Amino acid sequence: MVPRRFSSAFRMNFDLFFQYLVAGITYGSIYAIVAIGFNIIYNATGIINFAQGEFVMLGGMIAISLLEHLPLGYAIAAAVLVTMGIGAVIEILFIRWLKSPSVLQMIIITIGISILLRESALHIWGESIRSLPYFYGNEITTFTLGSVHVSPQVVWVIAACTVMMGGLSAFFKSMPIGREMRACAANRTAASLCGINIRNMVTLSFMLSAGIGALAGCVMSPMTYTQYDSGTSLAIKGFTVAILGGLGNSLAAVAAGILLGIVEAFSVSLVPLAFQDAIAIAILLLILFVRPHGIFGSSEMAHLQDF
Amino acid sequence: MVAMLKIRNLDAGYGNLRVLKNISLHVKTGEIVAMIGANGAGKTTLLHTIAGLIRPMRGEVMFLDQVNSRIPVGRIVASGCALVPEGRQVFAPMSVEENLLLGGFILQKERGRAAVLRELEHQYELFPILRERWRQLAGTLSGGEQQMLAMGRALMSRPRLVMMDEPSTGLAPLIVRDIFQLIGRLRAEGNTVLLIEQNAKAALKIADRGYVLEVGKVILQGAAADLLANADVQRAYLGREKIA
Repeated sequence: MVPRRFSSAFRMNFDLFFQYLVAGITYGSIYAIVAIGFNIIYNATGIINFAQGEFVMLGGMIAISLLEHLPLGYAIAAAVLVTMGIGAVIEILFIRWLKSPSVLQMIIITIGISILLRESALHIWGESIRSLPYFYGNEITTFTLGSVHVSPQVVWVIAACTVMMGGLSAFFKSMPIGREMRACAANRTAASLCGINIRNMVTLSFMLSAGIGALAGCVMSPMTYTQYDSGTSLAIKGFTVAILGGLGNSLAAVAAGILLGIVEAFSVSLVPLAFQDAIAIAILLLILFVRPHGIFGSSEMAHLQDF
Repeated sequence: MVAMLKIRNLDAGYGNLRVLKNISLHVKTGEIVAMIGANGAGKTTLLHTIAGLIRPMRGEVMFLDQVNSRIPVGRIVASGCALVPEGRQVFAPMSVEENLLLGGFILQKERGRAAVLRELEHQYELFPILRERWRQLAGTLSGGEQQMLAMGRALMSRPRLVMMDEPSTGLAPLIVRDIFQLIGRLRAEGNTVLLIEQNAKAALKIADRGYVLEVGKVILQGAAADLLANADVQRAYLGREKIA
């Protein structure tokens, strides 16, 4: 028989373990969504959109502002639509007219866009930290799962991310327009020879990335708060996850996202909280040194990519 | 017969590099025209210019009395000018059927889904192997099957003119024979074909007329049979030298 004292210690550890796990999966699914945003644009254009994190921030900020006039659900829906519109405008203004830009040019342009969006947000909303209200209950509402307390917002985040991933996968697999976007990713010359307008597909990819980023920004806002510069760290995490999974591979991004989320969550028990953000960067550097094509990517594929 | 495709005084190339110099040629409805020439003669550049992938520096490309050089690629495809690109260029990570459906993009827009499905059925009849492999990823097909898929995909737009860039490259001789038989069949179905080939003999055998391209210029043209019998062509492209 296990001594009673030992059993209870084990039990507490298990609860803690489970608590970390839930936190890890929650943040991990957000990272995965940001990474999928990177992947959608990467697949359509071959570029990394460093303004991806700003879409997440804009989604949250716009929803918070709209909340004064609209009920929560409508505010979020409108914020997603407005951010999609911003994504389209950005693509049309900064990307569409470029004739065969180099990778370096594109990186500098998207970094420029991210600074532009961040500074505009600072101008419009100021430096104050805002947040959406909890979708259900408030910050102290929890329900118990076995012996663990879980905030209902966690369920919202995980559900929203799951629905987005399912929706995107259905969109790319079964809808003609999703198929056309995949065709552009697979072979751009051949796609244009089929009569597909590649430029419109690129605009669409920006809208799609902006939309899912904005939705992620809304569901996470109650837990993580939103500030004009909260996109930056998310972009780094999402980029890490996209590289970790292998650029362009969205299924792998989900796995890599949850992996990073869990590693971060458990790191709290080993190193001070302040180091949490450093973990993602450490992983990013490690992966770039050791396996630049990602855990799930193949090195042959990596040779074929410009980036 | 009316010339379907007319090219007049065309110069084209990439950046500052002028690959094609003063090219003039025509393709009549119902013909198979072969364009032969060595590597780097500008054959692919010519097809890319006709398809609208690159813009001419001078001269013009007239297809069915519209000037191709001024309209986007999609409109050129929609007007009935399809290109089977060099090296097949199938959508490797997508299934055979998805590849074909993508070839029907223009048809879907103009005539709707039912027309696309009818055309898909037609391609499956023309290329029975593609029906067998409909769920397989295009990248896993053999070279000959990929060539057939690329042809089927181009035909899905119901083109009037099919341009084929080196369909025999990298294929086993038996497969090459099948591909050329299929090209003959395309003509029997009322298509017009502009064929670019390094395999000059096979191309000239099924063609009605031919052009010989050398460093960006048309140096010889005429009936395919005459070109086959021409001593210069034989020496340069057919690997045969007449010993007097």
